[in-house]
Amino acid sequence: MKVFVDAIGFAAPGMEDWESARRVLRGEAGYEPKALSLYQPNLLPPNERRRAAPAVRLAFRIAEDAMRTSSFKPSELATVFATSDADTSILHRLCTALAQPQRAVSPTDFHNSVHNAAAGYWSIAAGAKPPSTSLSAYDASFAAGLLEAATFVVVEQKPVLLACYDVVPPQPLFDVRPIALAMGVALVLAPDGAGRPIEISGETLAEIPMADPALEKLRLANPAGRALPLLQSLARA
Amino acid sequence: MTPLSVTRYTLTSALGHGVAAQLAALRGGRTGLQQKRFETCDLPCFIGEVSSLDSPLTGARAQWDCRNNRLAWLALQQDAFLDAAIALRSRYGAARVGVFIGTSTAGVHSTELAYRERGADAPLPSWFHYRTTQNCFSPADFVREALDLSGPAIAIATACSSSAKVFGSAQRAIVAGVCDAAIVGGVDSLCLTTLYGFNSLQLISPEICRPADANRRGISIGEAAGFAILEKSGEGPRLLGYGESSDAHHMSAPHPEGEGAAAAMRGALARANLAAEQIDYVNLHGTATPANDAAEDKAIVSLFGTSTPCSSTKGWTGHTLGAAAISEAVFSLLCIEHGFAPQSLNTQTLDPSLRANVLMQPLQKRVDRVLSNSFGFGGNNCSLIFGRAA
Repeated sequence: MKVFVDAIGFAAPGMEDWESARRVLRGEAGYEPKALSLYQPNLLPPNERRRAAPAVRLAFRIAEDAMRTSSFKPSELATVFATSDADTSILHRLCTALAQPQRAVSPTDFHNSVHNAAAGYWSIAAGAKPPSTSLSAYDASFAAGLLEAATFVVVEQKPVLLACYDVVPPQPLFDVRPIALAMGVALVLAPDGAGRPIEISGETLAEIPMADPALEKLRLANPAGRALPLLQSLARA
Repeated sequence: MTPLSVTRYTLTSALGHGVAAQLAALRGGRTGLQQKRFETCDLPCFIGEVSSLDSPLTGARAQWDCRNNRLAWLALQQDAFLDAAIALRSRYGAARVGVFIGTSTAGVHSTELAYRERGADAPLPSWFHYRTTQNCFSPADFVREALDLSGPAIAIATACSSSAKVFGSAQRAIVAGVCDAAIVGGVDSLCLTTLYGFNSLQLISPEICRPADANRRGISIGEAAGFAILEKSGEGPRLLGYGESSDAHHMSAPHPEGEGAAAAMRGALARANLAAEQIDYVNLHGTATPANDAAEDKAIVSLFGTSTPCSSTKGWTGHTLGAAAISEAVFSLLCIEHGFAPQSLNTQTLDPSLRANVLMQPLQKRVDRVLSNSFGFGGNNCSLIFGRAA
């Protein structure tokens, strides 16, 4: 299956956007882990921006980064949102509330607890009415998302925005799901165009270690990190 | 699209275990909803509870034990589905069969119990297994393990359209050559999160849910697990088309004119290369909330006019959320195979503002093609069309 990479978005500690990640992955700059700056999603209206949960913020951050260089408008794109765990901070608040006698569940938390919350906010903010799929495959969520997005592009002959992201779970969930740092990658994939072609095969989807030990640590620290080998080959092209 | 064969299907819901129990209840007009408590839930409401989920999973399946995977395992054992899956594996090879499972809350009830058990600021109890219960992928991973498959596997979680979306993903994967056949399905089980959560949004009815009723007051929550096998050829009814859209309107309320719903239905008709008149029965999303039923009615009337027979089957099972679409896909297949269309159960006074032909009595007639709707939070819509083998 061949698809074309129209645009890329990225965020991880020490790599604020795709441009800075590209320099690191090309070996032009060393990798220095540094906390990610706070990000205010541009497309969200101010009241939503303030209330946006961490996973929604991260998903918007990488999607907006990709849209900066995409040849498509956000409203034109079908979407695939791949995240292992979505918003664990909301899960924590809901389960904490449900463990109390009064069980006062916040209605906002509940409707934001769906796995497709970030996709829903994106579709509303971008005015995007094409199909949208949100999925999980635990640590293989990036490969699963890439496969879902690529089959859509090939079969439907339409472009797709793929966003893969996970945030750091709060305690006590961190003990049972230790995602050490927040990371996200967005790819706009198209059936043709000027983008770099990639072949999606067993090899693209396999686990390939990074040569640089710091980047290998990053690859394993978050499900979205599994995108780093593919991103490195794209950065070097 | 080239139709796919649905060579085996099964469903376990509040109506019983396996398709014979579903068929008997649908034909007998017997609801699976009961006014009772789930676990410690003290909300006055009706629930659609599946029986026999009290025994833990054991042996190799013990690490997967949670209400959701117990339900998945119970459902897999009905209708000789396990035998059909073994035959599928030997026909295509374990790596060539994909697994596409919809869920909205996976095994969250285990997480609720783990939080209740832990002391303030204490770790979660040691019996709690996050990956194999709470994580969204757990039901898909469990099915893959249980059926000993090694092809692509994903959990799709687009709220209440999840187990409709799996049909689209599986069809594309088969067309693109990622796999040769697919196990699709949905699993969602009762939990406090959805009961108290929908209650916080004032969407839970204190009465039994009454889709399309003038006095409808909201949803009744149910649980279900269902699975189907999709192949390029073989005996059985067909998946003729599917359509997907986004409302781009609101997180938890449908577009008031049903625009996104209409787009999904139009997409399904186009992909199936069918005109609206060729649909014999529409299984509505029909949650029985005032907003859903009104918006869906507008969408139906805009495409089908006011004569195509329609009904929601939520009055039988309750809203089974991530398993709603697979439940209603199975009901659609039963309508085709047995020649009937069910009535809108529990509906006493049809809302006079609704214009679609909502069935107040069951229809006994040949049914060749059924369209089934599922709409979820986040404005995520998916419609499926099933038909008799040509």
